[in-house]
Amino acid sequence: MPERPTITLGPLLFNWSADQWSDFYARIADEAPVDRVCLGEVVCSKRMPFYVDRIPDTIERLHRGGKEVILSSLALVTLKRERQMCADLAASGELEIEVNDLTMLAHLPKGRPFSISPLINVYNEGTLVHLAKRGATRLCLPPELPMPSIETLARAAASSGVVPEVWAFGRVPLAISGRCYHARVHGLAKDNCQFVCGKDPDGLKVETLDGEEFLTINGVQTLSFTHCNLLGDLGRLRAAGITSFRISPHSGDMVGVADLFRRVLDGDLEDSEATARLAAMMPEVIFANGFLAGACGADFVPSRRSSPADIRAS
Amino acid sequence: MGNKLELVCPAGTPAALRTAVDAGADSIYCGFRDETNARNFPGLNFSPEEMAQGVAYAHAKGARVLVAINTFPRAGAAEIWHRAVDEAARAGADALILADMGLLAYAAERHPQLRRHLSVQAAAANADAIRFYVEEFGVKRVVLPRVLTVAEIAAINREVPCETEVFVFGGLCVMAEGRCSLSSYATGRSPNMNGVCSPASHVHYREERGELVSRLGEFTIDRVSKGEPAPYPTLCKGCFSVSGKRGHVFEDPVSLDAATLIPELAQAGVTALKIEGRQRSRSYIHDVVASFRRAVDAQAAGNPIPAGELRRLSEGQTTTAGAYRKTWR
Repeated sequence: MPERPTITLGPLLFNWSADQWSDFYARIADEAPVDRVCLGEVVCSKRMPFYVDRIPDTIERLHRGGKEVILSSLALVTLKRERQMCADLAASGELEIEVNDLTMLAHLPKGRPFSISPLINVYNEGTLVHLAKRGATRLCLPPELPMPSIETLARAAASSGVVPEVWAFGRVPLAISGRCYHARVHGLAKDNCQFVCGKDPDGLKVETLDGEEFLTINGVQTLSFTHCNLLGDLGRLRAAGITSFRISPHSGDMVGVADLFRRVLDGDLEDSEATARLAAMMPEVIFANGFLAGACGADFVPSRRSSPADIRAS
Repeated sequence: MGNKLELVCPAGTPAALRTAVDAGADSIYCGFRDETNARNFPGLNFSPEEMAQGVAYAHAKGARVLVAINTFPRAGAAEIWHRAVDEAARAGADALILADMGLLAYAAERHPQLRRHLSVQAAAANADAIRFYVEEFGVKRVVLPRVLTVAEIAAINREVPCETEVFVFGGLCVMAEGRCSLSSYATGRSPNMNGVCSPASHVHYREERGELVSRLGEFTIDRVSKGEPAPYPTLCKGCFSVSGKRGHVFEDPVSLDAATLIPELAQAGVTALKIEGRQRSRSYIHDVVASFRRAVDAQAAGNPIPAGELRRLSEGQTTTAGAYRKTWR
């Protein structure tokens, strides 16, 4: 494996205040060992005005920190102003765009390179090749894919000149809706939501009636309650030809998370030790990797070298 | 509006297809008996021979058959889906209903003369996304996601160079279809990969403290008092708890009935109305299709739509107009 694997910080999915937003990216720019940062609003177009004027300075700071910056597009585009946001993004110049909804491809001129987000349905080689011909240079695979699909798609990506990436850390986006669940559980209308999602920096927990921690709501988005954690699977994913790994922002120590992934990828730290440290960093978090095994996504299926006792923090 | 709406009806079996045709369906949609379609349930769907016979039956009575091949082909196994496309063409289908870009490309290349409809599973929710599919794959019709209001549907129809089809009756996905892995998070099996959602193979019921607990995989989806009707534990219709408050967090166990919206949908420029339910019985299909036949004919004649007559057929006994009315906003 001659190529040094890279780390992408995915877009922030939650509604943080503008100051938290700027502080977070400033620290990422200065300290996090990530190669690439996706910036911009994916979940709700109504959140964008709060921090849009901070984006140019943040891009500059991330560039100064040696990070490549990718602009993320909206995941569900229905309103006129949301379509306009996509059109403006396509017209915005030289930064690469990550496509979260195919609406973007209607605006991107043929031949302009772009990235494909994990929210786009790329389940097979036919779709991958089609997108590669259209200009895709990087592809973060859908998080529900099992290992055999990842292996096949990584091979197809290599022969199409596309960088294959997997979702390696963070709550997994599972669904998106026209309806806002934060507004719904607070008894508010979506158009008058009072931005209640801002109260929950990592989303709002949904429990079953038997008290099982199940899902997380984030406005119109539903995520897993567990955090995906593929630290213990990096070896076999690299062997399968995956060359980039995505970590998704949460309110915990993301510099620390990035550091653990970097050190395991560089061979400086055993994955079992990294997993134990990650668990110690976020003792309340439950980790999962079940999708890789083709099992229930909420499961943790230990890889050969790590023991479940090391990993299950709670 | 002089154009009469096309009534598109489900058929899970050859008998249901004949029932739907006889009850007045303009078009029937159905799928092959495998993972290539989004209703991959035991005992359902068509063999290639049955498909050809179904098409012949429909054509003899002036109806069309649309074949749904609307899951996302598994990496390394696309030939199963390719074969389904070829079989549908051989059976004389009037159109394919597809969601996957790779499969759309295959169908456009191999069977350019066969109409391609974009499945709701592709979640093309605005005019730009629809334009992309029309330009890229020659799509003739788009089944619109159930996240849009009637006004948004009208706006889309003013802009797109293709037909649109909307759901008017049956089960209601509250999530953008084709973009949901809730089911695989709980069970390992999903609509996109396996053509199933909240599959019966992972459903368990148990009695506890005078309540009936319905579970999906390792998660409780609902608890009801014994004797109360227990709805099937479809994940997004479950009863959960958020900050100690109990409720249907995502959607109440209601189903869609937009019959009274037919005039507005016609006004909005919609070409076809779709009834959900390939898993339903023949008698259900007969009643729903016949009722919507009367409604569509009434609309075309400028008469009022008979309301509410299908309520008893709806799951949970209550119905909603879903996102079509702006209540979600």
